[in-house]
Amino acid sequence: MRKVLILGSGALKIGEAGEFDYSGSQAIKAFKEEGIKTVLVNPNIATFQTSEFLADEIYFLPVNPDFVEKVIAKEKPDAISISFGGQTALNCGMELYRRGILKKYGIRVLGTPIESVILSEDRQAFADHLKKIGIPVPISRATTSLKESLTIAKEIGYPVMVRAGYALGGQKSGIARNEKELERIAADALSFSRQVLIEKYLHHYKEIEYEIVRDAADNCVAICNMENMDPLGIHTGESIVVAPSQTLTNYEYHSLRKVAIDIVRSLKVVGECNVQFALNPRQSEYYVIEMNARLSRSSALASKATGYPLAYVAAKLAFGRNLMNIKNQVTKVTQSFFEPALDYLVVKIPRWDLEKFQGVEEKIGSSMKSVGEVMAIGRTFEEAIQKAVRMLDIGVQGVTDNSMLAGAGGDLSVHYIKTPTPKRLFAIAEGLKKGMSVKKIYNVTGIDPWYLYRLKNIVNAEKSIVRANLNSSLLLRLKQLGFSDKRIGELTGNPEFIIRNLRIKNKIVPSIFQIDTLAGEVPAKTNYLYTTYNGNHHDVKPLGKRAVIVLGSGTYRIGSSVEFDWSCVNSAISLRKYRRLSIIINCNPETVSTDYDISDRLYFEELSLEKVLDIYEFENPEGVIVAVGGQTPNNLALPLDRQNVNILGTTTIDIDRAEDRNKFSRLLDSLQIPQPSWKAFTNIKEAGQFAAAVGYPVLIRPSYVLSGRAMTVCYNREELKRYINAAVVINKNHPVTISKFIAEAKEIEFDAVAQKGDIKVYAISEHIEHAGVHSGDASIVYPPQKVYILTEKRIIKIAEKLAEALHITGPFNIQFLAKENDVYVIEINLRASRTLPFISKATGVNFAQLFIDCLYRPVKAINLEYPDYSLVKVPQFSFARLNGADPIMRVEMASTGEVACLGNYFEGAFLKAIYATGIKINKKSALLSIGGIVNKKKFLESARLLTLMNYQLYATGRTCQFLRENGIDACFVYKEYEKKNPTVTKLISDKIVSLVINLSEIEEGEGRSFTKQLTDGYAIRRAATDNNIPLFTDLNKAVFFIHALNEYQIKELKVRSWKEYLND
Amino acid sequence: MQGKLILKDGSKFTGESFGYERSTAGEVVFSTGMVGYPESLTDPSYIGQILILTYPLIGNYGVPDKKYWESAGLKILGLIVSSYIDTPSHHNSQGKLAAWLKKEKVPALEIKDTRYLVQKIREQGAMLGKIVFGKDISFYDPNKENLLLKSSPEKIKYEGVGKKTVLIVDCGGKRNITRNFLQKNVKVITVPWDYDPFIHPPAGGKFDALVISNGPGDPKFAGETIKIAKKSLANKIPTFGVCLGHQILALAAGGDTYKLKFGHRGQNQPCVLADSPRCYLTTQNHGFAVGEIPPGFQTWFANANDGTNEGIIHTKYPFMSVQFHPEVTPGPMDTEWVFDYFLERI
Repeated sequence: MRKVLILGSGALKIGEAGEFDYSGSQAIKAFKEEGIKTVLVNPNIATFQTSEFLADEIYFLPVNPDFVEKVIAKEKPDAISISFGGQTALNCGMELYRRGILKKYGIRVLGTPIESVILSEDRQAFADHLKKIGIPVPISRATTSLKESLTIAKEIGYPVMVRAGYALGGQKSGIARNEKELERIAADALSFSRQVLIEKYLHHYKEIEYEIVRDAADNCVAICNMENMDPLGIHTGESIVVAPSQTLTNYEYHSLRKVAIDIVRSLKVVGECNVQFALNPRQSEYYVIEMNARLSRSSALASKATGYPLAYVAAKLAFGRNLMNIKNQVTKVTQSFFEPALDYLVVKIPRWDLEKFQGVEEKIGSSMKSVGEVMAIGRTFEEAIQKAVRMLDIGVQGVTDNSMLAGAGGDLSVHYIKTPTPKRLFAIAEGLKKGMSVKKIYNVTGIDPWYLYRLKNIVNAEKSIVRANLNSSLLLRLKQLGFSDKRIGELTGNPEFIIRNLRIKNKIVPSIFQIDTLAGEVPAKTNYLYTTYNGNHHDVKPLGKRAVIVLGSGTYRIGSSVEFDWSCVNSAISLRKYRRLSIIINCNPETVSTDYDISDRLYFEELSLEKVLDIYEFENPEGVIVAVGGQTPNNLALPLDRQNVNILGTTTIDIDRAEDRNKFSRLLDSLQIPQPSWKAFTNIKEAGQFAAAVGYPVLIRPSYVLSGRAMTVCYNREELKRYINAAVVINKNHPVTISKFIAEAKEIEFDAVAQKGDIKVYAISEHIEHAGVHSGDASIVYPPQKVYILTEKRIIKIAEKLAEALHITGPFNIQFLAKENDVYVIEINLRASRTLPFISKATGVNFAQLFIDCLYRPVKAINLEYPDYSLVKVPQFSFARLNGADPIMRVEMASTGEVACLGNYFEGAFLKAIYATGIKINKKSALLSIGGIVNKKKFLESARLLTLMNYQLYATGRTCQFLRENGIDACFVYKEYEKKNPTVTKLISDKIVSLVINLSEIEEGEGRSFTKQLTDGYAIRRAATDNNIPLFTDLNKAVFFIHALNEYQIKELKVRSWKEYLND
Repeated sequence: MQGKLILKDGSKFTGESFGYERSTAGEVVFSTGMVGYPESLTDPSYIGQILILTYPLIGNYGVPDKKYWESAGLKILGLIVSSYIDTPSHHNSQGKLAAWLKKEKVPALEIKDTRYLVQKIREQGAMLGKIVFGKDISFYDPNKENLLLKSSPEKIKYEGVGKKTVLIVDCGGKRNITRNFLQKNVKVITVPWDYDPFIHPPAGGKFDALVISNGPGDPKFAGETIKIAKKSLANKIPTFGVCLGHQILALAAGGDTYKLKFGHRGQNQPCVLADSPRCYLTTQNHGFAVGEIPPGFQTWFANANDGTNEGIIHTKYPFMSVQFHPEVTPGPMDTEWVFDYFLERI
């Protein structure tokens, strides 16, 4: 074997996130060590695995059979690896096999045989297989028809579990309690998948998972088992998960382990595999729920939970190595055939961002909605879960912090115990606080009493504070139960630092322990650390001044994702160049930054002031880098500085001058840099007067926001009033800022790295959508296609002035608004931005690494010339998973990931990128529903193009009329409210169209959706999303897409590697 | 109430008591298994030992019925955990661990930093120690006496039905060894460690194979059992040894044993089947090991981490033994086949 093709997972989406950057990166490293050439297909430019120094050739292309075949034809690999890129890679690999492409090019599938993969993915075939080898599966049957699902359900008896075959993260599955519910869920599932599975619903069973590895010599080990705190019925990605299991006996633990291994053996898995069980809590009985013959989110968690490098080992096994011949990367003395023994436990909690989506259902269940997760390590469950809750970065200090339930009265908190939502954990603690019994909560929730007793222990400890004096032994006990200084302060009426000082005075500081995979049995050279108060010594010695702490980004969430991990990792590894040792602090198990071979020391810890200070005071390093992990570490800059922590890069005074709206505005004024006029208000009257004076529309937001939370555009006084009434309730401590919204303006990104106020490298990129779409949701192109030279010159000049004025050393990003040649500054961030990896990939200059250069040596300015290719980045939305959410782009960010593709021309690159988000247009038929005369006129040309491409057009009311008036043939369809056939939604659900263009009239869009009215636009958008039909809601984006579609057939689109573009 | 763990090197650790408040002295060892405390605590191999469990939360699923234990009661001398959980949750639980410890008069302490204790033992080797409440007591070295007197049963026992009969010389064997044979439809006769069946054939007389069980302490104290094993070999009776039984078989056949620095105790010891690419995960609990392989035997298994011997097998006759516990409980069920392998050769 000489060359292997590795498939990535594409954009981050709900159900498929950063964990596949980790697994793919490990696989590439493992293959490279074997001397094999590696070729990677992955359009996710923000991943570490697409770094120039990893795979030999990288293709930023859609991970689908059409494009991958082109890469195969060009690269002629001997083998393909499909198990490191999630469901996307696996599905693509299976399709390549089915189409005979692998055979045609003589390509071997590495690791688990493809036949086994196919079997394991076909629910019925898998169930039959298990039955054959005597392993129990829940009574279930697969079908492809809605009618038959009803018959099956009748046989099994309600309630039944409904699952879609071949789906990511339990998408489109649910529990049906009656025929009506079944009809709805099954129809929904069948719109996504050709197969649906109806099975026995196992009420309140425990959900247990095992991660198994197997080598070609049939050696098997179970690396980790995990117990979901939430019972079966809540997707493991939505559950609080604990490793190792807490409530299983030796018999249960090892029986299930053996079954998992038996399954893995029966399918001849080579590499990694995840097996999920349902275990009856009332008697010894179990069922196998599913298996994943690939690296998964659970395997990433297992890897971080145990310190066992699962993905790396899986790659070595796929290559044919024996487990005993793979060196243990943690101990460096033993080999890889062993099962980690933990002397701690981990708790994973998902992070949801449901409040970012209008209209979304709050309830969680058998399909995923969470966008990220955190993992906490402790030596008591209480310690771990309280850490985890804080790591979520949702503003709560522990499980007893009921601020999430604010507004929920007595009955409501019962509702929140009963109904699984992101608030359940807090509602349970609140219930316990109010005296609800463990038994009652268990009956309602199915959460094992063991966990409820642990929560009760926290609640009781909190009560004891009120009664007792805060002496040293009580303080220690509280810390052992995971209480933060801040929380103890809140409960005793003290500021956080009084508690901290009291604690340090009493020598109550956390122990620093290693994750060594063997519970201390053998000395290990591991750099993987955590802190605990359930200890009395440190496993390691401080690194001192040769070390630098790099703060990671914490949980992935809307607005902060893998792009910040990229910056963090690149910064950490660049420190080596300057003989500095890197210490990463992060708490996100999906990241590469928490990998064993990235930093010199990894603290899997909270990104809180308390914890960072604890670590800083222990390690006594040169300083802390806060600029590469996004807003979470950036927010720590000022408080850390106040504690005399040395912040490397731009000073915190200057960071504050940029972050504080008032200070920054004054700075802009003093430098005579234009900004949209704005003002901060605390009362409606003045706000209204201001808005009237500058003229509607206006943009409104609370101060200090991340990714546009609670930000909106108001088009008239009425909306403004309504919004302020709502926003002030949300955030009464902060004033509301109102700025003039400049409509139809261009948004331009400026990314740079400066040293002592001098810009050393910069890149300008352009938004495809007009201003008004959050920059995280915008499609962005480098180099800019339609920016005036004068505009560009002005932008550079302004950036130079700001870099100088703010004495910037480090990465920064400025967002500009341009209309004609007028340029306005919207905001500046003195830290690595979301676009940093995009710009680095586009230019071939690693901006994050250059930042580290700027810290340690004089850097020569790099003058980038515009290339003769384009890199286009487009957002990935996950609306399909968010029942009810309005799939529209607004000033609030909603996308969960991004992809970018290269092309010789903008259109080609854009089209590839759109395809890379997973859309398929399989029929020449489109629905147009276009609000407003301006939109209609602007879209007319594109509609004509569609007919020229032989598209059958369908249109609603006035759109249809307008098209016909302009000589374009279109079929008329009724809107929902007209209640006449054919309605738009029927047209969509019958899949008569394969493309939907829905442009809202500007005046109606924002305002109406704000009040959550079920508009026709909403019905169309939601129907398109629910039926997996490509939807465009932005004029520019739709127009560009149709033009690109007209220019290129998939067949004609060229594939070239990143290197080829850069070096050409 | 608080108690102290005092180690031979003079170090002292205070912890909250959750067992019976009585001072006790013995050898301090640790086990890294994450499940199976009821099984471990009833394992007679732990006689004379104060056990540290490295998994920090113990007591989670309470105490199961007797029939799930590995012997008639608690066998450890004392127990050290990081956190004891007094709110067990399991359908099989019949009570709390603390109550069991109190009932059987076994002291137990919560010492938060069990990891430190492990590191100490790892570096300095298994150590003598004592749990002290109030007045100090002197150290006691269990390796200096014949623990089989405490661990071995007093009477002969007959169980099961089947065509084949296995005679177990019980040095303090785990119940699951017997269960394994019974499940395979083999009749089992259990005799004390020093009961010579060649001199006094047990009632029913004939047996097809001899099994030497696990048990506590130094194999060299088991002179009587070694003699029995020698006779078994001389009579060409299929012979099988587990753990201590493995060491006894090695000694009987002319090999030698030695004390390991801190022993293997846990559920994740990898053992390689000689001359094969196959490795098995095993449960272990031993402080001594076979150093010199006896003549006529060859290595059957070896530890993949430190290369120590994990099993021997005769080149010609059905004589074999393993250092690990194929009967597990607690631990992974990967090597149960070893029993079948032996039974096929009777």
